[in-house]
Amino acid sequence: MALPTYASPLERVWHYAYLVICGLIFFFLIAPIVVVIPLSFNVEPYFTFTHKMLALDPEGYSLRWYDTLLTFGMANPGAPRDWSWWVDAWQNAKWINAAKSSIIIGVCSTIVATVLGTLAALGLSRPEMPFRRIIMAVLISPMIVPIIITATGMFFFYSNPCSPLSWFGVEPNCGKLAGTYLGIILAHATLGIPFVIITVTATLIGFDQSLNRAAASLGANPRTTFFRVTLPLILPGVISGALFAFVTSFDEVVAVLFIAGPDQQTIPRQMWTGIREQISPAILAVATLLVIFSIALLTAIELLRRRTERLRGVTPR
Amino acid sequence: MPRALDPHAAIALEATGLDDSGGLRTADGQPLSRALARSSRRARRRAFFLVLPLLLFILITFVVPIGQMLQRSVKNDGFSANMPELSRWFAEHPRGTAPDETAYAALAADLKSSAEARTIGTVGTRINYDLAGSRSLFTSAGRTARTGLEPPYQSSVLAMDPKWGDPHLWSVMREASSPYTANFYLAALDRTRNDQGEITMAPADQQVYVMLFKRTMMLSAIITVTTFLLGFPIAYLLATLPLRKSNLLMILVLLPFWTSLLVRTTAWMVLLQQQGVINDFLVWLGVIGNSSRIQMIYNQTGTIIAMTHILLPFMILPLYSVMRTINPSYVRAARSLGATSWTAFRRIYFPQTLPGLGAGALLVFILAIGYYITPALVGGSSGQLISNMIAMHMTQTLNWSMAAALAALLLGGVLILYWIYDRLVGIDNLKLG
Repeated sequence: MALPTYASPLERVWHYAYLVICGLIFFFLIAPIVVVIPLSFNVEPYFTFTHKMLALDPEGYSLRWYDTLLTFGMANPGAPRDWSWWVDAWQNAKWINAAKSSIIIGVCSTIVATVLGTLAALGLSRPEMPFRRIIMAVLISPMIVPIIITATGMFFFYSNPCSPLSWFGVEPNCGKLAGTYLGIILAHATLGIPFVIITVTATLIGFDQSLNRAAASLGANPRTTFFRVTLPLILPGVISGALFAFVTSFDEVVAVLFIAGPDQQTIPRQMWTGIREQISPAILAVATLLVIFSIALLTAIELLRRRTERLRGVTPR
Repeated sequence: MPRALDPHAAIALEATGLDDSGGLRTADGQPLSRALARSSRRARRRAFFLVLPLLLFILITFVVPIGQMLQRSVKNDGFSANMPELSRWFAEHPRGTAPDETAYAALAADLKSSAEARTIGTVGTRINYDLAGSRSLFTSAGRTARTGLEPPYQSSVLAMDPKWGDPHLWSVMREASSPYTANFYLAALDRTRNDQGEITMAPADQQVYVMLFKRTMMLSAIITVTTFLLGFPIAYLLATLPLRKSNLLMILVLLPFWTSLLVRTTAWMVLLQQQGVINDFLVWLGVIGNSSRIQMIYNQTGTIIAMTHILLPFMILPLYSVMRTINPSYVRAARSLGATSWTAFRRIYFPQTLPGLGAGALLVFILAIGYYITPALVGGSSGQLISNMIAMHMTQTLNWSMAAALAALLLGGVLILYWIYDRLVGIDNLKLG
């Protein structure tokens, strides 16, 4: 994107204007995410910069909203901060419980999505796979179908998972998945699967199938071949797919709103309630923590991507 | 699709060569064509078995629930299951028959049994969907009917409430007497049935859904255009910079992509509020007075700004991956033949970006028409989309059949777009980062 030496003055002006425009668009992309970070240290319960903050006065900043995050929902937040206070926080603080739920649901649904998704991606990338296109379309569809529709369908299904049997003339009732951890985990696994399939399939495009044949000709059975040849080579793709699935679950709120019970209070659900009801900078403190979390994930993905490219022999110019 | 030659069969073939009968045979004496067919069948089966667990999983957790939802959109037996006598009367008497004594007798019997079974509320709710305000008619009639109505039933029912003689109510009850109905779809398209059962437009003050569908389409189109206007320069810059620099700038695109949706929506609330950062900044600059702060949120502006920001990476990434493959020497050739930079861009470069543009625009549009969270938080009342109406029927009015009908219409639209996307772009080419 260098300006050619033969550029006319008008082109020069346009070139610099273009760079400024791009700068503004990058600002548009990043500013909203950056702006919440200083505001989360606001000493006042406002969503805006106070004069003290702008003057960089230390008195304008505080950790009170982070403290609120910890104490919100505790049985006795005012007690002296000894061991029992921390036990209280760990057991009762709403945001800590939300984080625990989110992590349990995220990890379990990621495992389900990654295992099933990787197997399917292996099958889909074989040249012999029948009905490849249509099956792929079905497997990717949870990402395309609006989440509100998926959640609506799941709401009916999960409140009585045997009810589809009524299509065959039986009217059974076998408990319900709504309001259980299992229900949310299955729902989130469904939503995370397209990401696993897309990333693993993309990795498999560059995969040399003759390596599998070489392993087989050397006497390895399919299982050994998979774990010792295929998996190590596609692992970066599998891990980045798993990260995508985890983030999908960690950020998902609509399905949780529709099918979770009071016990499955996840971070996004808690945020949703917080934004709708008692909006306070504590939300911005959560947002800041989540931004830091996403920076960590982005770094992980970027490192994985570089590793894949290195394995494929593509180096940055 | 070409079938891969099984390597083992090929090796066996080399070892045996031609047999006496002239056909090719494998080492164990089988005709080669049959051995090949069998091995390719086995390979296909093996590939399919790898996909099968996931396919079953998706069928059970995703396809079946959506099928159930579609069933719910045409089926509601809240009336027919609890009012069997009256339903039978409707089945035996054609449309247009005025309700006679036998009809009122059936009604009285059903009201009594339904009130005793405590299902009268369900019945009333079902009728209330089609005729607002009639739920209380049923619940109060149930209370009277439990003590028993005296024949002649027609006069005693009408004595409870003269509204029972309303021909429109009877028309609605006739519609509800079958468990399967298309009425929820009619309602989702702002249509209703009159007393003769003909389809007419709903009263003007109740026509909301078509307007909402139109608004959803329009806002999605606007968002697609704004993401294109903002995404194209960025994708071009990233694609033409050396990879080392563009990878660095790419982080600025990927960070929002990876940041929680709720965080980004909250951030826009912080920025756009009347007492928020942007308004404060404008007041400080003196552009606007403190009393005339701009309302940028809780309306369509808020929805458009926040959703453009959220969907922008979905436009940039496909555009970028197409632009990377465009050979810069075409543009140079055009310049050397005397084209101005604008002509070279318009006639040489831009047409080559169209596949990426199509992919990005379709993806953004598909995602935008189904958006729920962001409009719900920043859209106010004028920035709500059809998804918000589905959620409202699911959680507040509890008219689940209506929610399912709206969802089915939205789903139909999305599936058509998805099909076009698959045709034009191919879902295999969907890339994430």
